[in-house]
Amino acid sequence: MTAAATPLDLTPAPGAAPFPRMVAAQAGAEIRATLRNGEQLLLTLIIPILLLVGFSLAPLVDVGGGRRVDFLVPGVLALAVMSTAFTGQAIATGFERRYGVLKRLGATPLSRAGLMLAKTAAVVAVEALQAVVVVCVGLALGWRPHGSFLAVALLLLLGTAAFSGLGLLMAGTLRAEATLAGANLVYLVLLGAGGVIFPLTKFPAGARQVLEVLPISALTGGLRAVLVEGAAVPLMPLAVLAAWAVLSLGLVSRTFRWE
Amino acid sequence: MESPAVEILDLVKRYGGATAVDGLTFRAERGEVTAVLGPNGAGKTSTVEICEGFRKADGGVVRVLGLPPDAPELRARVGVMLQAGGVPPAARCGEWLRLVSRFYARPLDPEALLGRLGLTEHARTPYRRMSGGQQQRLSLAAAVVGRPELVFLDEPTAGLDPQARHACWDLVAELRAAGVSVVLTTHHMEEAERLADHVVIIDRGKVVAEGTPATLTGAERQLRFRARPGLGLEELLNALPSGSAAKESPSGHYIIEGQVGPELLATVTAWCAAEGVMADDLRIERRTLEDVFLELTGRELR
Repeated sequence: MTAAATPLDLTPAPGAAPFPRMVAAQAGAEIRATLRNGEQLLLTLIIPILLLVGFSLAPLVDVGGGRRVDFLVPGVLALAVMSTAFTGQAIATGFERRYGVLKRLGATPLSRAGLMLAKTAAVVAVEALQAVVVVCVGLALGWRPHGSFLAVALLLLLGTAAFSGLGLLMAGTLRAEATLAGANLVYLVLLGAGGVIFPLTKFPAGARQVLEVLPISALTGGLRAVLVEGAAVPLMPLAVLAAWAVLSLGLVSRTFRWE
Repeated sequence: MESPAVEILDLVKRYGGATAVDGLTFRAERGEVTAVLGPNGAGKTSTVEICEGFRKADGGVVRVLGLPPDAPELRARVGVMLQAGGVPPAARCGEWLRLVSRFYARPLDPEALLGRLGLTEHARTPYRRMSGGQQQRLSLAAAVVGRPELVFLDEPTAGLDPQARHACWDLVAELRAAGVSVVLTTHHMEEAERLADHVVIIDRGKVVAEGTPATLTGAERQLRFRARPGLGLEELLNALPSGSAAKESPSGHYIIEGQVGPELLATVTAWCAAEGVMADDLRIERRTLEDVFLELTGRELR
């Protein structure tokens, strides 16, 4: 302890900072926390890029005609969205709840709406970084994208909403350890069964019908429809993602426990 | 008239079948330090967390700065120090305080506050690597950085070493001098005696006594000494003025209460001489807050 007393003006001067400033401060802290977390980076950047490079270069999977990189970039983009919006967010938020961080932030002028907005902004910022890296690596591997940027952005946005809803649903109801285990398990299962690397056409017809309504399948399918086939607005995938988003976010608002 | 800092009337809080707070009533005045004392499980944290808006009361009325505890505008006016946690383990000390400061319109300079609490050299240390005392000090800093009118401190000095405890006490005294209202819970009687204008002792969810430390401990003085156990006190009592009391508690420790003055002192020492008793540690003192506390809440462990 230093004995020297720095003069502090403790006279009350209460007041909340402007809302955008609070949200920006919190979003910045969340982005820093994500980029500093080794396990998160493994999940959000390293695994997707390794999968993209590995499966593009080596003929390990039959992607059913077409070039492997053209098939893989949309799948890996979807994986990137899932890793950040779902897995990363679920784990981080679950532990924030467990460590009383959500409770403590609730005692500051940052409202719950502000906190959720900051979390969303942080997720979108990290996704943008992931997208830049995936696109650059894809282009280097000879990827040639088609379709409308707007349709892609819409798919990514709805995918983010759906996966955020599912992640927060876990984080707000389960114990932090259960969220950690569950979010990683779901990541693995959806990576295998959601058309990220292995085409859904490889699954039996009965299983396919079920798998196609998964949010990850809707996102990979929609992105491929636009980026590979040049579809304008893939309605079915957008509808599936919107349904997941409405359902999960609705449940979050009813079940989320802050403490 | 300005509303009190905190006003609690007949507060009830239950967890399942257990009643944690059972008709609690007290006020914390503005500009004062109010200490809430009580044994573990007395309902201190439940009460404070209801005031902070974290928990809902099952009955009674709570007003904080004249408002219901969940009023959004209180978030900017009230500073909160939780009993534990509240900080992400990976967050660095300085970054966390800067983040919290950015939620307020006119915050204190986070660096100066860190310096004041001896945390400057730990500014880049992640929360999980800080010692318990450093973590406590960071939580205290975060509670005051927004320049609140009222701060709630839940056991602010639990686990602090003496230096850190004094630094915390100094800061609380300064907050009071600056006109900030402070409500703190504590187990430390010395803390309450030193800092508090008003002490509220609660037990089993109810207020069992309240007042200034001086009124609680009373103006009455006691004469205490140690001697061999089992002395017969009847003769001494006969020699003392009526209204005096003498007891042995615990064994070998004698306490004489009454009009403690030169006369009483002379009577006691004369009796000692007559009995051939050497009185050790003979002293005259007021009851301490701890005496009052133990009297009111009992000595059994819970």
